[in-house]
Amino acid sequence: MNAIGWLNLRSLNQEGIVFAIAVVLFVAAAIGLPGFIDANNLVAIVRSVSVLGILALGMAVVIIGRGIDLSAVAIMAMSVAWYLQLLNTGTSDGLAFAYVLAGVLAIGLLNGFLVAYADVPAIFVTLATGSFVFGYVRSQLITQDAVPVPQGHWVELLGGLRFLDIPIEVFVFAGLAFLLFLFLRYTKWGRYIYFAGDNPVAARNIGVPVRPMLVLRYVLSAFVALIAGLLTAASLHSINTRIVNSTLLYDIVLVAVIGGIGLSGGRGGVRNVLVGAALIGILLNAMTIIDIPLLYQNLIKAAILLGAIIVDGIINPRDEQTAQQGDI
Amino acid sequence: MRLIKTLMVAATALAVTAFVAPTFAADDPGPAAYAQALKGKRVMLVPLAMGFDLAQGWAHYLKKEVEAWGGTFETRDPNWVVDAGAQAITDAISSDTRPDVLIIHAPDLNSYSKLMKKAQAAGTYVLLVDNPANFPADAFVGSDWDRLGQLEAEAAIKGCGENSSKKIGLVQGDQANSSSLYQYAGIMKVLDKHPDFKVVAKPDSNWDATTSRNVTTTMLQQNPDICSIIDFWDGDATGASAAIRDAKLDGKVFLVTTGGGEKAADCDKLADGTYGAVVMTELARQSGDMNAIIKFLLQSGQPAGTSHTYIYTLEKATTKADLKPDSCWDLKALQAEAAAK
Repeated sequence: MNAIGWLNLRSLNQEGIVFAIAVVLFVAAAIGLPGFIDANNLVAIVRSVSVLGILALGMAVVIIGRGIDLSAVAIMAMSVAWYLQLLNTGTSDGLAFAYVLAGVLAIGLLNGFLVAYADVPAIFVTLATGSFVFGYVRSQLITQDAVPVPQGHWVELLGGLRFLDIPIEVFVFAGLAFLLFLFLRYTKWGRYIYFAGDNPVAARNIGVPVRPMLVLRYVLSAFVALIAGLLTAASLHSINTRIVNSTLLYDIVLVAVIGGIGLSGGRGGVRNVLVGAALIGILLNAMTIIDIPLLYQNLIKAAILLGAIIVDGIINPRDEQTAQQGDI
Repeated sequence: MRLIKTLMVAATALAVTAFVAPTFAADDPGPAAYAQALKGKRVMLVPLAMGFDLAQGWAHYLKKEVEAWGGTFETRDPNWVVDAGAQAITDAISSDTRPDVLIIHAPDLNSYSKLMKKAQAAGTYVLLVDNPANFPADAFVGSDWDRLGQLEAEAAIKGCGENSSKKIGLVQGDQANSSSLYQYAGIMKVLDKHPDFKVVAKPDSNWDATTSRNVTTTMLQQNPDICSIIDFWDGDATGASAAIRDAKLDGKVFLVTTGGGEKAADCDKLADGTYGAVVMTELARQSGDMNAIIKFLLQSGQPAGTSHTYIYTLEKATTKADLKPDSCWDLKALQAEAAAK
């Protein structure tokens, strides 16, 4: 019946729906809003979701493996704040960066270890480590919410970097997306993530190193967060740790889930993140151009997330055979 | 001879007594009364968070003064979380060491009203600082945000000039905080008197620098000929300035903001041209006002909640042209001073 090109509604998955909404919004904004279709505005849209998208890539890897990383924003803000604080108090650049890398690695390992070997649900582990990272760094290592980038430091220069008039974070986002795509699609370990996310017990039975790979995913997510933090500081010439209290964390989950990465694991990929990020970027930009107050912007965003989660629940039902207590 | 001698002795004695008498009079009753009224009194500051320049500056000046008259000074750090602030106030009121003066930096018009009423009922004087609230506190010390907004708008109009596009963009804070709402009202009052100047967009930053950058980018994209932007706080105006820099409009868009007058946050950025004008709070003077009203209330003997005083800090829009070495205070220097002790 549908062979002649009529859209088969049943075959439409969430990614398709969201992509369609994004296209409709885009066309509507292009027609209705003056200046929307301008090349500079399009670059601004991609840029405004670059850091969000990078964080969502890290989150996607974790979610595909049937986990979640709620410590991402804390790691992002606090690692960079500590780095800048060390620089401002005279620690050499190399040493400061080594400290921060070690710290980020340690938190990633701790997250992974507690989830993989201590069998604590990821949502609790990462919620706790996120609070710990924020509390420890804020109270012990830095003196103020906002830490400035020292004048002339490479992080500041990074923020001014442009190719073809396009800010550097757009390229970093694209590059990371491509690398992650290669990793998930073409490497053995990338495929294993899907096996482990879809059915951890079966994956283990066929010899997939499920636990070490879990640890790897949280370490990856932590490093991706560090990159996102460095890019934020590069653009603003400072990092404000208040961002940990913001809705950024939910926006990251929103981008991943809305693009169609099922929270029950084993499904989705880089394309889903890109679709989710595109929708959010277009939506935020259009709402700002129309001058919708922030309260309503949040309401609209939240309504869309709720809708996406409901659709996700219907299209990707929980797998009763492998679902267990504590899964998110 | 004897008579003369006696007279001389008497005269000397008189003279001595005359000299002694003023010494008795110099025993001023003030310091004793002052010490008795203030000694051992507790003062607590509950700001929105301890991690930013204003709160750290207030704490520095208040602590110095309170400890000098033999009182105890404490702070609580709700870290921008309204609930945590409410918890801190509740705990303080019901603890054995209930503060005699509670200084509250209110997050919005209503959240802490009931708690402040409770504090006054328990006998604690309540001071509101910086952000007004719908509550008759014993005193309010801080900016008249409406007036502050007017100063910002006047600075923006001056920064634009007569031959400009006369387009102004606002980056508001949010729609709940009184400082944001009153600031907006003040700006609009001035712009109503200058009908040729137009507000072309007024997005919220939610006090976040990244959001400020994104909305400013869009605003400049839509109106590249904007001549001035008013960002409602120097804490997120770094985002607006990044957007202006990225759009290569430095020097063309006159960025106006407001802040606590900290050197790195305000004066340095005026000096390097990032900000065109900053309406700065004179923090040392504002802290001095708080100290004075605390000392008055503790000696007044009046029950908490008796009188309601408004002490508005003198505000001024500072530009690069009238920047002086003492225009700002230096948080780093205060921290070094505290660390040296």
